Amino acid sequence: MELLFEKSKEGRSCTILPACDVPVAAVEAGAARQTPLTLPELSENDLSRHYSELERRAHGVNNGFYPLGSCTMKYNPRVNESVAALPGFTNIHPLQPDVSAQGCLEALYLADKYLCGITGMDDMTFQPAAGAHGELTGVMLIKKYHEKRGDTGRIKIIVPDSAHGTNPATAAMCGMSVVNIPSGPDGCVDLEKLRAAVGDDTAGFMLTNPNTLGIFEKNILDITRIIHDAGGLNYYDGANLNAIMGIVRPGDMGFDCVHLNLHKTFSTPHGGGGPGSGAVGCKKLLSPYLPVPRVRLKEADGKYKYYQEYDFPDSIGKVKAFSGNFLVTLKALTYIITLGREGIPEAAQNSVLNANYLMKLLSKRYKVVNDGFCMHEFVLTLQNEAKEYGFTAMDIAKALLDHGIHPPTMYFPLIVPEALMVEPTETESKETLDKAADIFLEIYDQAIENPEGIHGLPKTTPIGRPDEVRAARSPVLRA
Amino acid sequence: MGHYLSSTQSQRREMLDALGIDSMEELYSSVPRELITKNGFELPEGKSELEVDRLMRNMAGKNTQFSAVFRGAGAYSHYIPAIVGTVVSKETFLTAYTPYQAEISQGVLQAIFEYQSMICRLTGMDVSNASVYDGASATAEAVAMCRDKRRSKVIISSAAHPEVIKTIKTYCWAAGAAVELAPSNNGATDLAALESMIDDKTACVHIQQPNYFGIIEDCERAGQIAHASGAKFIMGINPIAAAILKTPGECAADIAVGEGQPLGMPLSYGGPYLGFMAANSSMMRKLPGRIVGETVDTDGNRAYVLTLQAREQHIRREKASSNICSNQALCAMTAAVYMAAMGPEGMKNAAIQCMSKAHYLASRLEEIKMPLKYGGQFFHEFVTACPDGLDAKRLIECLGADHGILGGLPIEDNCILWCCTEMNTKEEIDRLINVLAENLAEKGGRG
Repeated sequence: MELLFEKSKEGRSCTILPACDVPVAAVEAGAARQTPLTLPELSENDLSRHYSELERRAHGVNNGFYPLGSCTMKYNPRVNESVAALPGFTNIHPLQPDVSAQGCLEALYLADKYLCGITGMDDMTFQPAAGAHGELTGVMLIKKYHEKRGDTGRIKIIVPDSAHGTNPATAAMCGMSVVNIPSGPDGCVDLEKLRAAVGDDTAGFMLTNPNTLGIFEKNILDITRIIHDAGGLNYYDGANLNAIMGIVRPGDMGFDCVHLNLHKTFSTPHGGGGPGSGAVGCKKLLSPYLPVPRVRLKEADGKYKYYQEYDFPDSIGKVKAFSGNFLVTLKALTYIITLGREGIPEAAQNSVLNANYLMKLLSKRYKVVNDGFCMHEFVLTLQNEAKEYGFTAMDIAKALLDHGIHPPTMYFPLIVPEALMVEPTETESKETLDKAADIFLEIYDQAIENPEGIHGLPKTTPIGRPDEVRAARSPVLRA
Repeated sequence: MGHYLSSTQSQRREMLDALGIDSMEELYSSVPRELITKNGFELPEGKSELEVDRLMRNMAGKNTQFSAVFRGAGAYSHYIPAIVGTVVSKETFLTAYTPYQAEISQGVLQAIFEYQSMICRLTGMDVSNASVYDGASATAEAVAMCRDKRRSKVIISSAAHPEVIKTIKTYCWAAGAAVELAPSNNGATDLAALESMIDDKTACVHIQQPNYFGIIEDCERAGQIAHASGAKFIMGINPIAAAILKTPGECAADIAVGEGQPLGMPLSYGGPYLGFMAANSSMMRKLPGRIVGETVDTDGNRAYVLTLQAREQHIRREKASSNICSNQALCAMTAAVYMAAMGPEGMKNAAIQCMSKAHYLASRLEEIKMPLKYGGQFFHEFVTACPDGLDAKRLIECLGADHGILGGLPIEDNCILWCCTEMNTKEEIDRLINVLAENLAEKGGRG
């Protein structure tokens, strides 16, 4: 398919702006642009067809089953979108006086209150724009906490070897060194290894629970106690909150700080990679360090008014301009209000039910890593098949593409060889799971019969398997 | 009660039966009993879609939408062509994840590749990433690209946006790097002072163009000063102004960053916006985040993939160039559709209209004794003092409360930072002047 630049025709254009109705000002020659601006020249019809064609060459949750582990690809409710498109929200300038932005501030205030309830935290910020940005903010809070106590020797962040790559990368951005601890044979944190890793230099510990194998860390209270006893703080990576929201609270597990991926757990769409929202919640001991401003409610003359408070001298400052990806927060709030007190835990339970049901169906052929029930996701390993038959997790994933199913997350967590991580989410029906299972099993049988055949898949997608080595070795990054 | 579940009650029953259990609770048998939330949490009962729609419309109604906006300061009210909204609300673009599976993600990948290409062409740089969170965090990431063990000092112009400065400071504090502010003089960065501050420990110099006060900086000179001592030069630009101002490429910048919100994103109380980042080719492998590259598939057809992933957190973990994972992909697509709809002439026209209207407003303000505070050339923002005896904040509040006008932003020293874009008609500007003149006369009379 042609690029926009290849469709461009000199002299073609859309007519967007009227003539200038004031005297025209010009930049002084010394400051003016020299190089011509070579953007594509297109009609609106060209644009409409181009992007419709691109849309046909993409796959979203609206196109089919999307069991991408750890990403919680649940249905994205459209009322969230219609609310976020209301001019009463989209036309509001971030530097409007508080009195003229009461609706926006109310939204932030309510999202804070509800999400603190769900996570068991005391305060929350919506400034971070994505999960990794939330992690960065959270680890900064931990760093500031130790710094303010004069406890400056705490420079190590402990992470399990099953952790998302963002955890160690975040710690490094905060000037911390990273201690990786190996998981036990059950895929959970090994308490002995954790005890051996903590000390006077422990700043904190980062964990997802359920962990990346889809297993609830049953020793979670011991884990968080070991860290606290060593003087460190516990950080909850909210990537997997969907399994337990409304049922177990990170705050009750002993976590001091959490980030939430509102674009996973709270149903806001991923937009092909963003925007997300990485809201960060914390216990009172970390509240003074949260980014500014924070939204407050006060009573004056019998009326309640929301306002932004900047006066937190120990705050880490800002991690982003203004108040984060506001419309994403708004969509998540819309979702929380829709589901409410009963709907939130119901969604969690059904995500776990769907995962276990699909796991059971797939275990007819596939080797499942999890023992007993899983949480919202489970992990398959194709290690034996790779050895004995020569087909891999990648081959299964690519074969699924021909059936309109987005593959599970591949080769993660790193501790499982030839891993496929499957997260169906609660919004899929039993029929979808039954049908998907049939496809998974059929692909498996075909691969056993003819391992060579599967290497050539997919066959029906807009392109075949791409040459990634060539892309990295001789980068072509622009037209 | 609202929900988005698809299985019926009886299907859920069937699934529980298949698992050999009686209740949902049994699925949570690995969770310690004492952790199960007993009495729920503070959250109202669920609602139907219609109830939610009413409630949220009511909330939106508590905000004030101004009929005329003369405020920018990092977030700009521009016209958004209708095609932009149509394209970026397409369901597939909206609901897709990061394009890991290239075979079924060519649409998203190509759109990002086109975005990267347009950012390169706009900035005059060699290579662009697929976006980061916003202009402020983009600048902080750019600073991190320049620091190493030998050079860790960071110099930022004090005339940059205050929130950009704060964000850089936060990131640098966490990483243990020193930040120094280059002073400004008459609303522009004091380049002589910059020259005296810079040393062989300086990693980079950051200048914003136009700066926070709207002034067009001498970026070519700033770049020369940075390079003379071996430091990198980061230019923060307004993407609309870039259509007519000397590009970062022409100023020999090593990295160009900025807030992409003016490229088709509504104000939205601060986000989602778009951090764009482009660099010269020697810094390509230090760029944070996703980058889309061109390659071929098994049949030799042109194809696009996420590439240079050896920089990224999921491969390099603690040695990655950044921790960024999700970015602002849909906002990047928004910017691409905006730029394609405007075209080269439309972009230049928007820039010229922004500048012209700001100059018209400035000349009219001067007529009512609110002259420019700084002498330098400006783009679409500028600072005026407030006449003696008047409080800038109160004057601006009164524009809002009584006339539905969002006036300039009151800033330090009782000054006002004004902004015009192509949205402000001459009639609107004249009305603002009339209202201000009345106010000044009234307040002055009361004197």
